[in-house]
Amino acid sequence: MTEPRTLSEKIWDAHVVESPLADAARREALGAEADAGPQADLLYIDLHLVHEVTSPQAFEGLRLSGRTVRRPDLTLATVDHNVPTIGRDQPNPDPLSATQIQVMSDNCREFGLPLYGIFDTRQGIVHVIGPEQGVTQPGLTIVCGDSHTSTHGAFGALAFGIGTSEVEHVLATQTLRQSRPLTMSVEVTGQLGPGVTAKDVILAIINEIGVDGGVGYVIEYRGEVIRSLSMEGRMTVCNMSIEGGARAGLIAPDETTFEYVKGRPRAPQGEDWEQAVEYWRTLPTDEGARFDREVVLDGAAIEPFVTWGTNPGQSVQIGDVVPDPASFEEPTRREAATRALEYMDLEAGTPIREIAIDRVFLGSCTNARIDDLRAAASIVEGKQVASSVHAMVVPGSGLVKAQAEQEGLDAIFTAAGFEWRDAGCSMCLGMNPDILLPGERCASTSNRNFEGRQGPGGRTHLVSPPMAAAAAIAGRFVDVRELA
Amino acid sequence: MDPVSRVVGKAIPLNRANVDTDQIIPAKYLKRIERTGYGPFAFEAWRADPDFVLNNPAYEGAPILIAQQNLGSGSSREHAVWAIQGLGVSALIAPSFADIFKNNCFQGGVLTVELAQEDVDWLMARAEETPDAEIEVDLESQTVRAGPGWERSFEIDAFRKYRLLRGLDDIGMTLEYEADVERFEEARSPLLPTVAAD
Repeated sequence: MTEPRTLSEKIWDAHVVESPLADAARREALGAEADAGPQADLLYIDLHLVHEVTSPQAFEGLRLSGRTVRRPDLTLATVDHNVPTIGRDQPNPDPLSATQIQVMSDNCREFGLPLYGIFDTRQGIVHVIGPEQGVTQPGLTIVCGDSHTSTHGAFGALAFGIGTSEVEHVLATQTLRQSRPLTMSVEVTGQLGPGVTAKDVILAIINEIGVDGGVGYVIEYRGEVIRSLSMEGRMTVCNMSIEGGARAGLIAPDETTFEYVKGRPRAPQGEDWEQAVEYWRTLPTDEGARFDREVVLDGAAIEPFVTWGTNPGQSVQIGDVVPDPASFEEPTRREAATRALEYMDLEAGTPIREIAIDRVFLGSCTNARIDDLRAAASIVEGKQVASSVHAMVVPGSGLVKAQAEQEGLDAIFTAAGFEWRDAGCSMCLGMNPDILLPGERCASTSNRNFEGRQGPGGRTHLVSPPMAAAAAIAGRFVDVRELA
Repeated sequence: MDPVSRVVGKAIPLNRANVDTDQIIPAKYLKRIERTGYGPFAFEAWRADPDFVLNNPAYEGAPILIAQQNLGSGSSREHAVWAIQGLGVSALIAPSFADIFKNNCFQGGVLTVELAQEDVDWLMARAEETPDAEIEVDLESQTVRAGPGWERSFEIDAFRKYRLLRGLDDIGMTLEYEADVERFEEARSPLLPTVAAD
């Protein structure tokens, strides 16, 4: 009888190639040197996603040391961070951007990696395309040189972001040396009210634990609210784990997960499917397994959230006002709130509903899947974007875009005055020309409201897709529940 | 990687919490495909304020930077570490660091020293009041010294310390476990997905 284990511990254990701490014989043989040897486990990586921005220096490192990619068949590349979202039939006007995209393509050719390039309909945000292709599956270890890799945890995979040196390490060895993380359970009980989305759930969680509450932990999201979310909603929740400080967040696979994966291009077929599901059913956390920290939130109490500050923990519900920095007891939080209000040009006590906006961004690996676009389109249908607002939709992938067009969502958005773009990260991180001008205020479905994130001097308020859509129409924040 | 053992010098007091990697290096500079040359763009937006600490010539040449909790939060961009190195900084002191950033610092040979909040506050105040005051971070003995009688120890994973002191190549070390990796791969389920070209 083995000890009861959590979901993340089971995945971890199944991927340990070599564990200096567990292997007593090896420690014995190494003697005193054991203490100076690796203390962390060597983990096998099942899937490595690669994009143009955090990989060029890693490939250069391989070249300089004469190394190759160990498993090109477990390494999938695309271009997303830096690609233009309009005018792809024209030459890229930014030579640095053009070079980086070209280098991704050259590296894939040189090292034999599959690439969903800019003219491939499967191109898109790296965290949208993995699930879409069915290559993101329960029980896998998944890494990518991007902090939002936690998105894939929605499938019951252990997925986390890494830096460029670690990208090179995975390319060369298909492994990573990692210390075992602590475990945290975040349970969201009850049921969500109408108009409340997965985005509001994760903003509520970050508000509760703080932007560094998850440092050192893997979070497992549990409870009735989480179980009732669609896969798109679960991806939204897991996506922002890193905004709460946790490198990885995951959700136990269940019928919703299997339903989503089944029939996708890279999903197991026929008898293989049955076998895979049988294994996936063994993954959920065992009865009696212990977490290092447990947090419980009442789902029924969650309302649509809007961030007012410059980190994703600085948020309030739509009916609230901008808080007074003096209300924060901890000096660093008070100081941060004061700075944030100054940057955001907001006054304490201002009702969130009175904050007017200039831009709306509907997109990003947090909220640019088909469900998100449908939810926003249902708010926008038959209405007009306020004349003071410039609004755009950037689908998460070429396939999401195609699906939305098939459903007529593009027509709803464009008739209302939204721009309808090609897939990419776009204004979420402000690498390509899709940026805010200094002082512009944006209702954004993305994940980070850091200073200058969407463009130098730009001011970002994070919201759900329906809230962003409603704000586009009203020209200010409104409670989406009052529009119904 | 060059070996790292001891960092001595002035310290820049960056008295802010949750300093994110977008501040350390804005996304627009991530289009470059090199590992070096990011120093001039580090903290670009904050440097536009003449009163920002990095604009104070008193801290010129400081190899240490002190900040508040959750230093390096947000994006996984290792460019943030390269930018900090570009400033000439090779040791960071804070009450806590974001996980990915901490790993990236280790990869680049930048020391991340976690001290108790009160010790960070004390060093911060000292660096603010006396910019010339030196701090010594010694990896071998895992200690931070600041003036006579002020000494604190810090924790570091023994393997990381071993590697930093010798400047060893992480990939080279892992490749020594090739046989283990091969054994693991032979035992992997054939049902697991691949992305091999279709």
